[in-house]
Amino acid sequence: MNENNNNAQPQHPPFRGMGGNWGVDSNGYYGEFGGAFIPEMLQPNVDALKACYKEIINSYEFKQEFIDLLKNYVGRPSPLYFAKRLSERYGAKIYLKREDLNHTGSHKVNNTIGQILLAKKMGKSRIIAETGAGQHGVATATVCALMNLECVVYMGATDIERQMPNVKRMEMLGAKVVPAESGNKTLKDATNEALRDWINNPEDTYYLIGSVVGPHPYPEIVAKFQSVVSEEIGWQLDEQIGRTAPDYIIACVGGGSNAAGVFYHYLDDTNVKLIGVEASGMGIHTNETAASMACGDVGFIHGSKTLLMQDDDGQITEPYSISAGLDYPGIGPLHSHLFKTGRATYIDATDREALDAAYLLTKIEGIIPALESAHALAALEKIQFKPNDVVVVNISGRGDKDMDTYINELEKSQ
Amino acid sequence: MNRLQQKLNDKKENLLTIYFTAGYPELNDTGTIVKELEAAGTDIIEIGMPFSDPVADGPTIQASSLKALHNGMSIKVLLEQLKAIKSEVNIPILLMGYINPIWKYGVEKFMADCEAAGVSGLILPDIPLDEFKTDYEVLYKKHHLSSVFLVTPQTSDERICAYDEACTGFIYMVSSASTTGANKTVDTEKQVAYYNRVKSLNLKNPTQIGFNIKDKASFERACRYANGGIIGSAFIKKLSEEGDLKVKVREFVAGIQ
Ligand SMILES: Cc1ncc(COP(=O)(O)O)c(C=O)c1O
Repeated sequence: MNENNNNAQPQHPPFRGMGGNWGVDSNGYYGEFGGAFIPEMLQPNVDALKACYKEIINSYEFKQEFIDLLKNYVGRPSPLYFAKRLSERYGAKIYLKREDLNHTGSHKVNNTIGQILLAKKMGKSRIIAETGAGQHGVATATVCALMNLECVVYMGATDIERQMPNVKRMEMLGAKVVPAESGNKTLKDATNEALRDWINNPEDTYYLIGSVVGPHPYPEIVAKFQSVVSEEIGWQLDEQIGRTAPDYIIACVGGGSNAAGVFYHYLDDTNVKLIGVEASGMGIHTNETAASMACGDVGFIHGSKTLLMQDDDGQITEPYSISAGLDYPGIGPLHSHLFKTGRATYIDATDREALDAAYLLTKIEGIIPALESAHALAALEKIQFKPNDVVVVNISGRGDKDMDTYINELEKSQ
Repeated sequence: MNRLQQKLNDKKENLLTIYFTAGYPELNDTGTIVKELEAAGTDIIEIGMPFSDPVADGPTIQASSLKALHNGMSIKVLLEQLKAIKSEVNIPILLMGYINPIWKYGVEKFMADCEAAGVSGLILPDIPLDEFKTDYEVLYKKHHLSSVFLVTPQTSDERICAYDEACTGFIYMVSSASTTGANKTVDTEKQVAYYNRVKSLNLKNPTQIGFNIKDKASFERACRYANGGIIGSAFIKKLSEEGDLKVKVREFVAGIQ
């Protein structure tokens, strides 16, 4: 990437292939994980997507539109900010990748821009999505407004309550928000409802999935659209410190899309330590947790073979985290593979640790992160850095949607 | 030949298959429901193994699954219940379920225990055909289990024929694009075109139509286009009414035939 030394803009075409060892195989697997375990009712739609996505997203026209919207609509590239006071505190050179500054307030929009263009090219007129924190729902409602497409967002009733500002935003953007009332009424249940909708509407509807989860080819598509994040980090670091790779990359992991995006171009560079941070809620030794890797084993969820939390009878466990976006019992198959092979390390942060990390960043850097991203920041407490280590933490989203929680928790502790 | 294949061999039309969720309404109702369905003249029984996240099911079966899980139903409990009544019933029994609990139980152990419990076949909708062929088919054969596959109005001729090749039971024709029990208005013209399309393929296996078959009229209509019909949500609804379990089962079947 050295040729970009003096350029403010990335010259790379998007979607360079994922590192040879880490891409999905021709059957849709990352190692032993992935695949498409879906009933026949969904098969024709998933097959249609599989048949056309590569050609569409690799076309010149698509790339031009994608790059243009990311730049002029989303506001990319997002800054890579050297956090001086945070660095002093943790004794390393800490850079924050500011996905919180994107239009709509998180990394989710990178994916929705890509998928909405794909849906349009496929001739679909109705868009459905699931959402947890509401960030993916807002990003989907936004691109649907932009493209004049009908939008239905499924959201767990619990999440509707705890992320009300995002519900109102979606509605203002013209989306219909449908509460999911099953299970714990969170992200898993919203995803179930979205899949049911797709079964019932197989012809005109495109399912715009929000993370690197679901049946093949979704995990690959979403990872590719999010890969723009690590693409930028390469030339931004080069510009700022004359090297293209950091020593550490840290991201929170719900389904795993912001982590996939920020890891993507560094997967083959084993000098870069990749750290995913799961939400462990009240702790991994309690039943109130969403740490799918720490507490889960191999199974099938939402069409994918992957690691998930389940009981001895193979019933999926209801997860818990203070962060709606991480409150999911599974994990994208790419991450199961990175975990199994040891290429990435996964640790966890509790509700309390995430809250403390959020308050700290707010105080010393003037950035209020999303509760999800706060889990990535909490990892800084848990890693022993060397003074010259270059560390990139992905700030996947901003904290506006979480203000109620932040204020309530502050008042509680006073 | 297992019991299912024998039945399909002996009876070519008006096959009545009834579905219920194991462990619903009460944990130990399985034996009673199976026996009463057989006595009432049902041809085939399909038992759903409850799962926490039944993505292909509508509200009725979601609710029965949840209740069944609360009641303590599991694969282990169900297979023990079926084993206990094995010598008392002759009706072919199929199990239907999502893959995760089966995977957790152990796929090979599951198949072996199904055979020991007198189960004739399996419907595992989230196993893709390719995976079925590479990993599952030999186990079905080894344990004398018939395979049943779903097709929908959106399934291409080519795929229907591929399913028919792999199938050793019947082809389960999903009547319209929907989850189970959806009370959707369907375009009957389109539906008839789909039924006729499947018929014209001259499949080697018999066919049965399921999803939205809920009463005598819809059952009879299904039987005009296929070898039989499958009733699920409507039967679950009947079971959830007040009254004696045996009477409800008999009344329901009598109302169909
Ligand atoms: C700001 C933010 N970060 C992270 C996530 C978690 O998703 P993923 O793991 O796919 O990045 C979410 C999901 O809602 C989110 O809103």
